[in-house]
Amino acid sequence: MSSLPPTVAVIDYGAGNLRSVAKALERSGLRTRVTDDPARLRDADSIVLPGAGAFADATEGLRARGLDGAVRDHIGSGRPFLGLCLGLQLLFEESDEHRVTPGLGLLRGRVERFPDRDPDGTLLRVPHIGWNEVRFSGQHPMVDRLPDADTFYFVHGYRAVAADPKRVIGRTSYGGEFASAVAVDNVFAVQFHPEKSQSAGKRLLDAYRAWLEACL
Amino acid sequence: MLLKRIIPCLDVDKGRVVKGVQYADHVDAGDPVEVARMYDAQEADEITFLDITASHEERRTLFDVVSRTAETVFMPLTVGGGVRDVQDVRDLLNAGADKVSIMTASVQNPDLVADVAAKIGSANLVVAIDSRRRGSGALVADERSDATGEYAAARALAAGGDSPWEVATHGGRRRTGIDTVEWAARMAEAGAGEILLTSMDRDGTRAGYDLEQLRAVADRIPIPVIASGGGGSAEDLADALREGPDGGHAQAALAASIFHFKETTVGEVKRQLLRWGIPVRPPVGSDA
Repeated sequence: MSSLPPTVAVIDYGAGNLRSVAKALERSGLRTRVTDDPARLRDADSIVLPGAGAFADATEGLRARGLDGAVRDHIGSGRPFLGLCLGLQLLFEESDEHRVTPGLGLLRGRVERFPDRDPDGTLLRVPHIGWNEVRFSGQHPMVDRLPDADTFYFVHGYRAVAADPKRVIGRTSYGGEFASAVAVDNVFAVQFHPEKSQSAGKRLLDAYRAWLEACL
Repeated sequence: MLLKRIIPCLDVDKGRVVKGVQYADHVDAGDPVEVARMYDAQEADEITFLDITASHEERRTLFDVVSRTAETVFMPLTVGGGVRDVQDVRDLLNAGADKVSIMTASVQNPDLVADVAAKIGSANLVVAIDSRRRGSGALVADERSDATGEYAAARALAAGGDSPWEVATHGGRRRTGIDTVEWAARMAEAGAGEILLTSMDRDGTRAGYDLEQLRAVADRIPIPVIASGGGGSAEDLADALREGPDGGHAQAALAASIFHFKETTVGEVKRQLLRWGIPVRPPVGSDA
């Protein structure tokens, strides 16, 4: 085991701001490198796939840089992976945003727009913007390290509908219950923005660091 | 449950906060990053920078302020002012903004919002609307005729609207004849993720938000509405956020002066709102 903190590669594929992601990870004691070079992902202890913006733009940005294959290789190697916002959605098979676009297909299910109405028939304002509660439960080492519930910042109009409910380890109420965190083995991804969620975000990234250290 | 948001807003000129701000001596009064740090400590739900820098050459300063803020505070940041095209939006997001707000450019070029929504997505796009009651205020007649050609496309788009309010530009001085409620509906359809609605009749008066106008817009569109203009007390913010026949039905309330002059803190306002049954994130150090 190394005495240095784990190194996390933050994937830069041209979709939004990576500086706050890197700084938030550093605040939780991790070493970071922001890179768009697939080769520089290979020796990282973990990779973080962030993202804001449109789904199709993001898949194109990943493919153009050869990063889609690098993400698959990393996950296949068994090393921990953290997806943020669009980084959660990209794990699924496809998204409806603007036109149907294939994702990485690492989790079964699709990304769909929120419904126009709440189950009780009232208007649902879309996008879902602001602070909302995430309830964590299920079988995953991250769940053991997180509080039962915490409040995080969201900004998104689409959400993942997982085919396998066992993959859903965080649930949030908006237009019914949706998957705000998903996980399987070495993959953990959240729909919200821990890097923008003040103290709750720090708790989550501290838990991520503890998970990485346990994996190494 | 999705919570209602309290958003302090800073006017930024050439990289400095303006508006005669008075802070405790350990905070640099003029540095937006330091002010953002203070609001982060108060756990404001978001922060908004409105860049009022006149010249385009000085825009680089704004990018620097945005990146330094995003590196320093871990809270949501919206940036607006002078955003002209898709590239401006992209640059601000890449610098560290979470949402970008478009105002004048959307009125001058009504296709811009749909363009940004298609290329970047709706969730990070705020359309700001400065609005005033028709026939109110000391508007100069020739400014009105100037506006006729420039805003013709937007006015046609919002034709058929007959609300008592119209969109204003140039800090509220120039009326456009564009119906506010109809314009908000068209912008929501085009792909705006949120509407920031500022009542220019109330802005700076601290007489309370224009609740009638807020309600009219919030009830008309299926996207979140941020109330702005006139917030002078916790009661005013509560009114803007409240549902029911007398409330403003807004999802978030923007305020400047009540926080800048340190009359109160975001935490104190939130404690009041919680007492009145408005669902907000409990303030720091609260067990609520």
